[in-house]
Amino acid sequence: MISCLPLDLATGALLLWLGLGLLGFLLGGWPTAACRLIFPLSSVVALLLAVSGFSALTAPPDQLQLRGPLPALPWSFQIDPLSGFFLILLGLLAFAVTLFATGYFRALSRPALRRLMLQYHTFLLGMGLVLLAANAFTFLVAWEIMALASYFLVVTEHEEAGSRHAGFLYLLIAHLGALAILLGFVLLAGAAIAQGGPFSAMLHAPLDPFWASAAFLLTFFGFSAKAGLLPLHIWLPDAHPAAPAPVSALMSGAMLQMAFYGMLRVDFLFLGKLATWWGPFVLGVGLATALFGVLFAAVQTDMKRLLAYSSIENMGLIMVAFGLALIFRAHGLGALAALALAAALYHALNHAFFKGLLFLGSGSVLHGAGSVSMDRLGGLIRQMPQTAFFMLLGTLAIAGLPPLNGFVSEWLLLQAFLLSPALPQSTLSAVLPLAASGVVLAVALAAYAMVKFYGIAFLGQARGARHAHEAGRWERSAMALLSVACIFLGLFPGVLLNLLHPVLQEMLGQGFAVQQGLWLTPVSAQRASYSPAIFFLGMATALGLSFLLIWSFFGRPLRRVPAWACGFPVRTPAMQDSSLGFAQPLLRIFAPLYQAEREVDGAGRWRMRIGEPLYRGFYQPLSLLALWLSAQVLRLQQGRITLYLLYSFLTLLILLAVWR
Amino acid sequence: MTITAQGLAWGIPLLRLLAALLLLLAFAMLAQRRLLTLIHLLAWQGVVLAAGTALVALLTGQTELWFSAALTLGLKAILIPTVLHRLLRRLQVHGDVEAVLNIPLTLLAGIALVIFAFSLAAPITALTGPVTRGMVGIALAAVLLAFLMMITRRKAISQVVGFLAIDNGLFFAATSATLGMPMIVELGVALDALIGFVILGVFFFQIRETFDSMDLQNLEHIREE
Repeated sequence: MISCLPLDLATGALLLWLGLGLLGFLLGGWPTAACRLIFPLSSVVALLLAVSGFSALTAPPDQLQLRGPLPALPWSFQIDPLSGFFLILLGLLAFAVTLFATGYFRALSRPALRRLMLQYHTFLLGMGLVLLAANAFTFLVAWEIMALASYFLVVTEHEEAGSRHAGFLYLLIAHLGALAILLGFVLLAGAAIAQGGPFSAMLHAPLDPFWASAAFLLTFFGFSAKAGLLPLHIWLPDAHPAAPAPVSALMSGAMLQMAFYGMLRVDFLFLGKLATWWGPFVLGVGLATALFGVLFAAVQTDMKRLLAYSSIENMGLIMVAFGLALIFRAHGLGALAALALAAALYHALNHAFFKGLLFLGSGSVLHGAGSVSMDRLGGLIRQMPQTAFFMLLGTLAIAGLPPLNGFVSEWLLLQAFLLSPALPQSTLSAVLPLAASGVVLAVALAAYAMVKFYGIAFLGQARGARHAHEAGRWERSAMALLSVACIFLGLFPGVLLNLLHPVLQEMLGQGFAVQQGLWLTPVSAQRASYSPAIFFLGMATALGLSFLLIWSFFGRPLRRVPAWACGFPVRTPAMQDSSLGFAQPLLRIFAPLYQAEREVDGAGRWRMRIGEPLYRGFYQPLSLLALWLSAQVLRLQQGRITLYLLYSFLTLLILLAVWR
Repeated sequence: MTITAQGLAWGIPLLRLLAALLLLLAFAMLAQRRLLTLIHLLAWQGVVLAAGTALVALLTGQTELWFSAALTLGLKAILIPTVLHRLLRRLQVHGDVEAVLNIPLTLLAGIALVIFAFSLAAPITALTGPVTRGMVGIALAAVLLAFLMMITRRKAISQVVGFLAIDNGLFFAATSATLGMPMIVELGVALDALIGFVILGVFFFQIRETFDSMDLQNLEHIREE
């Protein structure tokens, strides 16, 4: 038997992806064959990557160096439990999403399919490389591969101006972020940056507090540009809907988590000694992002846009948990930090699964019903029953209902919050419960947004005339896989928490309490234990019994009658609650935030447009300022050689005078 | 580089005289309105430079500096002025150089520059031996004056003359302050100046073809609005 080290397996998988991408580019001329061959193979490769991640959790860390473009600049790779965990996330999500892509991309034109094959696999490769990189140079190259590949995927439909605009915004912010990350790495690596900035040289970088904070802020800024945190989230609601559904699923489920991976590595492993204000800072940004994201998710009318805002919210929740872990860690409470960090990691994996599922489902809706605008959908549960069932599971999971997986991570997070009075600093322990209530508000509003998401699109009567058709076999099996993952993570939280042990051990030097059986015991068996399986059984029995009772007493014989229309004689699908109508309470309460514009057209129809406050309040002034500054700089350009010579003459004189 | 006592007695004052001549010529160029005279002055500067290099060669006994002196004479005192002369005739540029600033004001600015250059060179001069005292300042002043001339003139040819004069100043600084550079550096510098000259020569014809004039004011139109 050949023994295979996790790093070999992972790099092998990435090479296979590269090969498959190139092969797909060549085979793109035969769309059906290419889809049927390349994508399933590529999903098997994704599974390989996940396997390598699993084995990396227990195997000792491993290193690999390859000769780089310059003698002192090697390509350097490593695998450790942290990257292992994220490889699992990436591998499992990519497995399902790529299966989905097999069916989804069949209808693409040949040149588009060729490009997509290459870009899609390059994107996967980029994400894998980010996780395996072991020096700043490799990391940044991988980061850029990931950013550029996803940019090209976002502008797949580049004929549309909206797509191009979304792509440009994304590219701009991605580059700002990459620049900040580079600067942060320069600070962390110090002189070792000349050798490509090996991560081993950055471990517990000996920085004085000021420079440590600078490095923290730079890297946080850079990674939050990718994670879509406030105020750098602006690209996300445009880019995710513009991309094809599988790509949105990967971007939202996996790519955003790459930013989280970066933060974890830099803050816990490189900086090590944490300043006390970093945690509250991250927590504040996360909470603001979560509330902002969910408030805007609730008022969207486009399914994918709603999901994009919900991704912002979920990244915010992860950041809240991460900030809490930073706080606990900075105050030396290792066990509590492990709890909060476990919540963050658990939620990251959950989010990959349920958000992936929901994005795939909305892709099926787009193909099946021809639109993802909720005001043209409705009643899909009858035309696409299986998709509707999987989507129901996804919405329940993301809304945080037990016994699905969303509940577990939120439960862990709230437990971490409830234990915050253990903090030695009194102001912090007084403020944290307020933050906890903010988290609860975000979670509740997320449930509200998800009820709307499901109710408007899948329930009621069809608003459009077009008949929707059910998704294909590949698509359905991919969604089924992700649904099973959601259920599994919901019913057996102990399995994943035990797997997280080495990751937490690496980050904090302290693991999470070992979970036994079907019980989730965040702290101790006496406190806040939760067994989803028992809960599920109890709930199912209670529901089943009451259903049986009602059915046996009143249900026979079964009658089908039209729903009561409040005594109103006419009934049309247009009289159903619309997506904005459903969000009316929020639109009223948070009116200043939304800056909604109502307009009425000639036929007497109301339309409402929701603005993006940060775009108007922050980015537009910023771009105006940039234009104004450029115009001022243009004054230098007079076209007179004499003047240009004068510039260089004066520069020379000043330099001579200053550095005499 | 060692210099004999005899050489010190008459060689160094002579070198200082040449340096003063260089500065004087730079001022003369700054004050000169006519293009033709400007080119003549440039040629004279080349002669002074060659003489300076030859003097250093004589004083230090470095044979390669003789080559350098010959090259300077051939290139800077004869070839380039001749070509510029022919250019002037072929392009039929005549008349006065139009200055952006008037001449007296330019000269005053020039004096200020010389003072600035000397104050800059003071720390360097303190480091060097008595032989080269003042040379660096004069050379720097020559460079700055040539730069000033480029700024205050409108015709493209006077810009080239200014560019070459800058080169002369640098060259003088190099030979007099260090008493001779390695040959390879001097060759490089000479080649650099020649290439710059050729490029600008091509540029002249382009400007003239486009605007039918050698006045640089015409270039003001080509900028982004």
